[in-house]
Order: sequence, then C-alpha cells, then structure tokens
Amino acid sequence: MAEQSTNPDAKVARDGAGYWAANIRMIIISLVIWALVSFGFGILLRPLLAGIEVGGTDLGFWFAQQGSILVFLALIFFYAWRMNKLDKEYGVEE
Amino acid sequence: MDQFTLNLLFVGASFALYIGIAVWARAGSTSEFYAAGRGVHPVTNGMATAADWMSAASFISMAGLIAFTGYDNSSFLMGWTGGYVLLALLLAPYLRKFGKFTVSEFIGDRFYSPTARMVAVICLIIASTTYVIGQMTGVGVAFGRFLEISNTSGLLIGACVVFAYAVFGGMKGVTYTQVAQYCVLILAYTIPAVFISLQLTGTPIPALGLFSQTTATGGEGSVYLLTKLDQIVTDLGFASYTEAHKDNLNMVLFTLSLMIGTAGLPHVIMRFFTVPKVSDARWSAGWTLVFIALLYLTAPAVGAMARLNITELMWPNGTNGEAVSVETIQNAEEYNWMLTWQKTGLLDWEDKNGDGKIQYYNDASDAMAEKAAANGWEGNELTNFNRDILVLANPEIANLPGWVIGLVAAGGLAAALSTAAGLLLAISSAVSHDLLKGQLTPNMSEKGELMSARIAMAVAIGVATLLGLNPPGFAAQTVALAFGLAAASIFPALMMGIFSKRINNVGAVSGMLAGLIFTLVYIFLHKGWLFIAGTNSFPDTVDGSLFGIQSTAIGAVGAVINFAVAYVVSMSTKDTPQEIKDLVESVRVPAGAGAAVDH
Repeated sequence: MAEQSTNPDAKVARDGAGYWAANIRMIIISLVIWALVSFGFGILLRPLLAGIEVGGTDLGFWFAQQGSILVFLALIFFYAWRMNKLDKEYGVEE
Repeated sequence: MDQFTLNLLFVGASFALYIGIAVWARAGSTSEFYAAGRGVHPVTNGMATAADWMSAASFISMAGLIAFTGYDNSSFLMGWTGGYVLLALLLAPYLRKFGKFTVSEFIGDRFYSPTARMVAVICLIIASTTYVIGQMTGVGVAFGRFLEISNTSGLLIGACVVFAYAVFGGMKGVTYTQVAQYCVLILAYTIPAVFISLQLTGTPIPALGLFSQTTATGGEGSVYLLTKLDQIVTDLGFASYTEAHKDNLNMVLFTLSLMIGTAGLPHVIMRFFTVPKVSDARWSAGWTLVFIALLYLTAPAVGAMARLNITELMWPNGTNGEAVSVETIQNAEEYNWMLTWQKTGLLDWEDKNGDGKIQYYNDASDAMAEKAAANGWEGNELTNFNRDILVLANPEIANLPGWVIGLVAAGGLAAALSTAAGLLLAISSAVSHDLLKGQLTPNMSEKGELMSARIAMAVAIGVATLLGLNPPGFAAQTVALAFGLAAASIFPALMMGIFSKRINNVGAVSGMLAGLIFTLVYIFLHKGWLFIAGTNSFPDTVDGSLFGIQSTAIGAVGAVINFAVAYVVSMSTKDTPQEIKDLVESVRVPAGAGAAVDH
C-alpha cells in the first residue's frame, strides 16, 4: 500500500477542499432527483400526477414500476461522467 | 421428450457450463479467493455483480409478490434498483480507493478499533445469513419443481448443491461463472416474457406491453392491459391492481430500507473492490444497474400478465360466467401445470361446496360474500397459491413450448445459486479473514484460512437450510428482512466513515449496535425469535405491529437510530486522531489508489 499517501502534499490538500465541495454538490443534486422520482412521483406525489394517463393507468404508477429505474440509471452514469471529468479538472485522477 | 427430461437437460447443461468455467479459472491464492486480483473490466464486473445480486428473490419471488398485490409492491422495484444510486454516489469509489478486501476491514481501520471491526463482522454475518435463508426458500421451490418432488426434499438437495458449488472456487472462478449465469438467467427471464407479451398485447417488449392495449378481441373492443386487469380482479373482490392500498409511511420506509440495505450488503460492496480503478468503480455501479434493469423493467410486466392469465384460466368464461371445473383441471392440457405444482405442495385447490368447479375469489371481501351466498360458494377454492412459484410456473401457465420451461428452470437455479454462493463467500471471508485471522488467531497459515472459510460456509448453509424449512416469509420477503438489517447496521457506519471526520470509534460502535439490536429485536417481535414460528409477540401486520410499521420496513428507522446514536456519542467523546482525519482525506480523492493491493 505504498502508493496510498496518508499525507497528501499541499497542492492536493488545497485543491482537495474545492474538489470535495464540488463532489458534495453533485451528490446532493443527484440525491434530490433520486428521491423526487421514487418517493415523490412514485409514492407521495402520485395523487398530483393522477390526471396524466399512461397506458391504462397514471404517471405515478409508471414512475413506481419503471420510470424511477430509468432515472436511476441516468443519474449514475451522469455522476460517473461528471466526477471523472472533475477528477481531471482538479488533477486528482489516478 | 417429456418435460421432466427436458428440464434435466437444460439444468444439467447450464451446470456443466458453470462448473467448466470454475475449473478453468480456479482460485489459487487467498487474494484471488476473495477479490479476483482486481483485474476485472467494469462491464464484466457489472454483469457478474448483477448475477450475484439478482437472486431467488428477484428472479423467482419478486414478480409473484407484485402480481398478487399490484402497485403496493412497487417498493421492491424502486428499492432494489435505487440502492445502486446510493452505492455509486456514496460508497463504491471511496471503498475502492481505500483498497482492502472486506467491508469490515474498512470499518475497523476507519474507526481505529478492533471492536468496531468485530461488530461489523457480526452485523454482516447476521444480515447475510438471513439473506441465505431467503435464497434457500427459492432453491427449495426451484429444485422441488424441476425434480418433481416436495418442497422440503427440494430444499435439502438444493442445500447440498449450493454448498458443493460455493466450495468449488473462490471469487475468480465465480466472476466468470457469474457472467455465464447472468446470460442464462436474463434469457430465462425475458424469453417467456416476450412470448407472453406478444400473446397478450402484440408487443415484443414486455416493459412496453405492460402499458399497451390487449389484442383480445371481444365484445368489449380493445382495452389497456392494466384496465382489464383492474376490472377482473375487482370483479372477484380483490384489491385493484394499480391503486395504492398501503399507507404512504410504510411504503416509503420499506422502499428506503431496501435502498439503504442494497448499499450495505457485503457481497455487493465486495464487488467494487475488484475493479482496476476508482473511476471504474463509478462506472461499474452503473453497468451493474443496466444489467439489473433489464430484469427489473420486465418483472412488473411478468407479474401483471401472469395475474391476468391465471385469473382467466380460473374463470374461462369471464368473471360472471362459470368457474373452471375440477374435471378440466385434471384432464385439459393447459391445466397440466396445476397438477405438477400440486406435487410440490405449493399449489392446491379444494372443491369446498362440491359443485365440481373451482371458484377463485376473495372470500374476505364483503361484496363477494353476497355473491357467494347467492351462488352457493363456500369460500375461495384455490386454497393455496404460493407466490414464489409464479415466475417458474409462468411459461407453463401461458402454454409456452417445453424448451422455454426448461430454460426458466435453469435460470431460476442460476439466480439462487449465484447469490447463495456469493453470500457464503462473504460469510466465510468474514469468519476466516476478519474474525480468525484478523483477531483470534493472527498467525494462521493461508491453508488454515481457506479451511476455516469452508467450515464457516458449511455452518452457514446448515443454519439457513434448517430455518429455510420454515421460512419467515416468501423468498423476497425474507430477503427484505436481510436488507433491513444491513440498512440499520452497515450502511450508516460506512457512510459516516467517509463523509464525516468527527465520528469516532465509540460513536460508530454504539451506532451500529443500536441500529442492529433495535432492528433485529423489532423483526423478532413480529416474525418470531430466531424466525421460529409462534414465538412472536405482535402480529406481522401493519395494524397489529408495535409502532404501526411493518417488520420489513423497520430497517430505515434502524438506520436513522444508528446515525443519531453515532453522532450524539461521538460529539460527547474524544475527537478522532489526526491520522484518521488524514485517512478520510485520502479516501475522498481518487489519486494514489493502489493497483492490486498485496495483503
């Protein structure tokens, strides 16, 4: 485990703070969307979407059984793409 | 060739394939045994993780639970996929950067305490063992059906096969075997679904078929599949398929428990130690979900379509016509599946009123009581329909060709075996690597470590089989309890370990213990102590439960307790030492991640 530095040099430490803040921001945005489509559209806000018909039922049902899964997928790939870019911007990639 | 031979052929061929691959890539050293030398590509890793993850609960059990409940069980769909978002964003890249073999090693190092590591190991063993009980339920159903024997004999034979299978190789063997298993199980799941979707809606993609119009042309014209399903189930006094009948609190907590639990289960997290780079760990979680979503987008269609087919088979002349006669069930070819499944003891019917017909309806419904009285019905006559048989019986119910039935049998076994093997591996590594080598007997040889790993596997499968004979619920429900336990104990400790520098050893240990004990006791109070039936103090229903929360949903509350206790205790005790703050700092940035870490 020689490469895993426990005393990052000053530059990494300085940039590290900005990098971590940017990461946290990404996580919060992603988790808000994550909760909105599942707990929101799929469960709690379903009555609000009752008017929008989808194939014999309403939009909330679709979100609960399929829509949220598709959004989850998009979220993970978006986060991975964004973070890998961020790693390079802050020069902390492997 | 009869169906029995055909099933044996498919199951036999798929097994030969897995064993062949396992022999070809047999694990040599301990490092390979646990983490496959970290040389696995994200897509390959994603596929293997998907096979590892999608167990008897997803393959055999879940669609059945959705079929008989409808919308309310959407929690399984959202919960078991939504957890990957948490995993990808909150855990996977950091744990990969940390670069050790097991989850409990991270907890032990981050909280600089052998006690924390011990507690984590205990949490893992309890959650994983509960998980294996659920798998064994599924294994029993699958073996019972394809060998055409009772569920109990199926379970005992299945246990031996699972054990032999898990002992055969470590994760390296398992990684490539699991890619093969994924292919078998996804084909087995989707092919019958495509056939059925074409039959019912004319749409080859089941996920779209679910929201399409039916092709059945009758007096009613074409209607949406879900509209039709709602109609016929409510005609029989059952709750409508698409409406919500569960209170929001329980549904939210249940979904959340499954999500958090997904991100806290050792055998899934371990997978992310095997990718080459931190960035790969992020992609890998996405790829895993892609392969899982292929099944999860199909599952609700399988459930709804099977419910429609079953109801129509029981009421061939419509819900207002005559029910199917006992004679038809005994003789007509399209009812053969009922006779084969009756042998397993998981499906049964009884002509209670002696009219020679089997009336299937909800006898607990007030509206139906009147209709029943008028028609001389004396209760629902389809007396037993085990939810766990639905997916395996589905191709037979839809009258699909024999090879599809054989393929589904092979797929169901692949699902149950791959996960059971993955879990046994996690349990054995927890016992031999963390408990014995890490704590009790640090000087143990590599050979001794492998031996104790195998003994731990044998004990775990013995316990799971014993409890699996009298399972606390259908496969997916038992597995849901395991997720609740993982949610309440492991996930909060991992997350706080990465996202807080302030949570210290005492805080983490008290948090994990509080979450685990609270959740375990709550589950035992409702499901019986050690899952032994009849020892529960409260009925396992929403209304009868202690806090108005079902035992399957309590894990989310346990997780909140874990976070709260850890925070309060940490704040009132000594701050973490500087080297731990540095460790957290280094875990947070990908730079400097070790390649294949020697141990």
